[in-house]
Amino acid sequence: MAKRIDVSGLTAYYGNHMAIEDISMTVEPRSVTAFIGPSGCGKSTFLRTLNRMHEVTPGGRVEGKVMLDDENLYGSGVDPVAVRRTVGMVFQRPNPFPTMSIFDNVAAGLRLNGSYKKSELADIVEKSLRGANLWNEVKDRLNKPGAGLSGGQQQRLCIARAIAVEPQVLLMDEPCSALDPISTLAIEDLIGELKERFTIVIVTHNMQQAARVSDRTAFFNLAGVGQPGKLIEIDETERIFSNPSVQATEDYISGRFG
Amino acid sequence: MSNLVKDRPAVTGSAPRPGSLRQPRLPRWAPAAFALGSAVVGVAIGLVAGLDSRIQWGLIAALVFVLGSYIASTVVEGRRQAKDRLATSLVWVAFLLAVIPLVSLLYETVKRGSKALNADFLNHSMAGMLDDQAGGGVYHAIIGTLEQVGLATAIAAPIGLLTAIYLVEYGRGALAKAVTFFVDVMTGIPSIVAGLFILSFWILWLDFDYSGFAGAMALAILMMPVVVRSTEEMLKLVPNELREASLALGVPKWRTILKVVLPTAIGGIATGVMLAVARIAGETAPIVLLVFGSKTINNNPFEDPQSSLPYYVYEQWTAGQDASYDRAWAAALVLIAFVMILNLVARGIARWKAPKTGR
Amino acid sequence: MSETTPQHENPPPPDGIRTTGADAPGDLPRAPLAEARGTGRIGDKIFLGLSRGAGVTLLVIMAAIAGFLAIRASHALSANEGNFLTTFTWDANANPPVFGIAVLLFGTVVSSIIAMALAVPIAIAIALFITHYAPRRLSGPIAYVIDLLAAIPSIVYGLWGGLFLVPHLEGLYKWLDDYLGWTKIFAYHDGAARSLFTVGILLAIMILPIITSVSREVFRQVPRMHEEAALALGATRWEVIRMSVLPFGRSGVISASMLGLGRALGETMAVATVLSPSWDIVPSVLDAGGGTFAQNIASSFKEASGDMGKDALIASGLVLFVITLVVNGAARLVIARRKEYSGANA
Repeated sequence: MAKRIDVSGLTAYYGNHMAIEDISMTVEPRSVTAFIGPSGCGKSTFLRTLNRMHEVTPGGRVEGKVMLDDENLYGSGVDPVAVRRTVGMVFQRPNPFPTMSIFDNVAAGLRLNGSYKKSELADIVEKSLRGANLWNEVKDRLNKPGAGLSGGQQQRLCIARAIAVEPQVLLMDEPCSALDPISTLAIEDLIGELKERFTIVIVTHNMQQAARVSDRTAFFNLAGVGQPGKLIEIDETERIFSNPSVQATEDYISGRFG
Repeated sequence: MSNLVKDRPAVTGSAPRPGSLRQPRLPRWAPAAFALGSAVVGVAIGLVAGLDSRIQWGLIAALVFVLGSYIASTVVEGRRQAKDRLATSLVWVAFLLAVIPLVSLLYETVKRGSKALNADFLNHSMAGMLDDQAGGGVYHAIIGTLEQVGLATAIAAPIGLLTAIYLVEYGRGALAKAVTFFVDVMTGIPSIVAGLFILSFWILWLDFDYSGFAGAMALAILMMPVVVRSTEEMLKLVPNELREASLALGVPKWRTILKVVLPTAIGGIATGVMLAVARIAGETAPIVLLVFGSKTINNNPFEDPQSSLPYYVYEQWTAGQDASYDRAWAAALVLIAFVMILNLVARGIARWKAPKTGR
Repeated sequence: MSETTPQHENPPPPDGIRTTGADAPGDLPRAPLAEARGTGRIGDKIFLGLSRGAGVTLLVIMAAIAGFLAIRASHALSANEGNFLTTFTWDANANPPVFGIAVLLFGTVVSSIIAMALAVPIAIAIALFITHYAPRRLSGPIAYVIDLLAAIPSIVYGLWGGLFLVPHLEGLYKWLDDYLGWTKIFAYHDGAARSLFTVGILLAIMILPIITSVSREVFRQVPRMHEEAALALGATRWEVIRMSVLPFGRSGVISASMLGLGRALGETMAVATVLSPSWDIVPSVLDAGGGTFAQNIASSFKEASGDMGKDALIASGLVLFVITLVVNGAARLVIARRKEYSGANA
C-alpha cells in the first residue's frame, strides 16, 4: 500500500526562475516526513512536484527524478493524472467542492476512477469519513453542502476525500495553517493514525507541529531573495530538533532567523 | 453530481492497473495528425460528392476530426482520456467554427470596401447621384454621425456621470435601488424601441420634424446606462482610504468627489464613455426612424433630415445596385475603422491609466 | 494647531450620514468651524441635488418610454379591426386598420431560439478555450479580439450577412433538405436563403462575443483551489471543468445567455438585411418568409403613412419592449442570486 519515494537531482522552475535546486532525498513508507523552512524556501513547490501538481502552475517545469518505489513519476509515458490518483494531496485552505454535498465530496474521486454500486460507494464514504474522524459529526447530514461545515471539519472532509481513493502517498501542504488550535489538534491526531496506512509528507510553518507529528524532518533554506531553495538536511525528527548537523538548521530551529 | 455515476457503465479500460503509472497514450503529434487527416478527408468527400459549399467541407472535416480522435483515444487510452480528448477537440472545433465567420466578416469588409474607398469618397456627398452610378461619397454621412454622436454624448455623458456619482457616493435607500435596477433595465432596451419612444414623444406628440437631434436623443437613451455602469465600476475602484483622507482634512464631500475621487478614476471613466460612443456610433435603427436620411450635406443637426454612416450603409444596401453595394462596403469599412479606433484608444487609455487606480 | 483640534473631535462622517450641525450654538471657538462647514454644506447640497437629479432623470425617461409607447399603442389597438395577437396581416394604413403580431411573435421567437441554440454552446466552448485550453500566449490576444468584435456595428453584420452569408448558405440548405427535408422543418424549396434560419445563424454570430466575454470572466473567477482539488484527485482536464468550473460558472453563463437573448430579440438592421419577410408563418425554417418585431418596424416604417401606421408599429414595439424587459429582468435576478451565493462562500 504505502510506497517509498526516492527523489534525486530535482530542480523546479517557474518560467525562467529556478524555485528549488538539485534536491535529493528519500521519504520512508508508513511514516510522517515534515518539511520545514522559512517562507519562500520552496518547500511547498517541492511538495507539489511529488504529485506533478507543480506543472499545472503556469510556467511550472521540473527536471530530475522522483521514484515511487520503482517507477519514475517524470518518466516518459507516465500519465500525470494517474500520478495524482496515486499520490493524494490536502491543501493549505480547505477546498471542498462548493456545489457538492458532503457525501458527493468524498465520493468525487471514486466516481472519477471507476463505477461502484451504490452500497459500495456508501461503504467507502463511511470508511473514509471514519478514517478522517469526521463520521460522527456529519453522519446525519451527508446530503448537506460540504461548504457548510466549520473550517476544521472542511479540512477533515478534504482528507476523507483524499484517502477515499486509497492513494499510496498523502501530501499535506500546511493543512492546519488556516485552522484554530482545537481543529489543529484534531488533524494532528488524525495524521498520527493515518501514517499506519499511508506515506505522509507534510509541509508546516509550525516547528512544534513538525516535532509533534513527524518521524523525519527535512529543513529547506534559501541563500537569499530570488535564490533557489535548497534542501539543507533531512534526518530523524529528534535529531533535527536536538542535535542537527548543520548550523543553519540549529539557527532556524532556535529562532535565530526565519 | 449524479451525472458522474450515470456516465460510467462499468468501464474497465480506464481503471488504473494497480502498481503502474504508465498509461498508454497517443503520441503528442496525434491531434495535429488527426486535424490534417480530417481536413484531407473533408476536402476529398467534398470533391468526390461534388458539394459546392465550403461550409459543408468544413463541417465534414470537423465531424471526422471529433469522431476520429475520440475513437482512436478510446481504443488506445481508455474511456476517461477519450472523453477528455472529445472535450478538447470540441472546444477547438467550436473556436475555429466561430473564428471563421468573424474573420470572414472583417476580410470581406476590407476587401470589398477598399474598392470604392478613396479621398473622393470621403469628401463628397451623394447629391445628384443615381443608385447605379459609380462615385459619390460619405461626407454628408460622416458629418451626420459626428454631430448626432456628439450631441448624444453631450446629453448622456453628464447625466450618466452624475447618476454614477449619485449611486456610488450618495446612493442609499429606495431611490438608489430603483435607479440601479432601472439602469440595468435600460441597458437591455432595443435601439428600435428607443427610436420609437422619441418618435412618439418628439415627432408625433411635440410635432417636431425629423432631424439629427431627434436621433441624438434616442442615441443618448442608449448611451446613458452604459456610461453609468462603467463609471460606477471605476468609482468603486477608488479606494475608500482616499476619500476618508480627504474628508478627514475637512474638505467638504463635493470637493472631495471633484478633486480626489474623479481625478483618480478619470482614465477609466474616459474609457467607458468612449466605448459607449463607439457603441452608439454604429446604431442604425433610431436613425431610420428619426433622422430619415438625406443624400445631401446638412450641417444643421437641429433641422431637416441628415444621414449617418450606419444609415448610409443601409440605404446603399437597400438600393441594390452593384455601385451602391460598393459604396455600402466602403462606408462599412469607414464605420468599422471609426469604431475600432475609438475602441483601441479607449482601451489604450484604460491600460495607460490602470496603475494609478490602485489595482 | 489649536484651530484644527476641534475638527478632530468632530470629523465629517465618511458616508452620506450628515449630522445636523446644531451642536453647541453659543460656543465661541466653534463658530468659525460651523460656518466653514456651512459653506461646504451648500456646495454639498447643490452637488447632491445635481447627481440625484440625474438619477431621477433616468427614472423619468424609463417611465416616459413605457408611458408614451403605451398611449400611442392604445390608439392603434382601439382602432384595430383585427385581433392584435392572432391576425396574420399588417394593413395599418387601410381603413379600418387590420394588423396583428402573430407572424412577428413567431419569427422573433423562432429566430432567437435558433440563435441561442447555436451561440450558447459555442460561446461556452470558446470561453473555456480561452480560460483553459488555449496556449497561454494566445489566450490574452484572443480574448481581446473577441471583445473588439463585440463592438462591430450590427449593420455591418447585416451587410455581410446579406451579401456574403446568404449566397453561401444555399448549398448547405440544399444539403439539409436532402437529409432532413422529411421533417418539414428543414425542407428547402430553393430561392434565396433569406429565411428565419439564416437570421438565427447571423444573430448567433452577433451575440457570440457578448456571451463569450461574460462567460469567460465567470470561468476566470473560479477559485484556483477548487480546480486544484479536482486535479489532486486525479481528474483529467475535462473532469476538472465538469467538477469545479461549470458548477461554479453555471448561473453566470445563464445570465450571459439571457443578455445575449435580449440582444437577439431586439436586433433590427441585421435581420432587416438578411430576411425576405412575408406575412405568413412558413412551416420550414429554411424557406424565406416570416418577420420579427424589430425588423418589421424598420422595414415598414417608410411606408407607414399617417399616425395610425406609426402607432401600429409602436404597438408592436411595446410588445418587444415588454419581452426584452422580462428577459433582462430574469438575467439580473440570476446575477443577483449568484452574488449572494458566492458571497456566502467567500
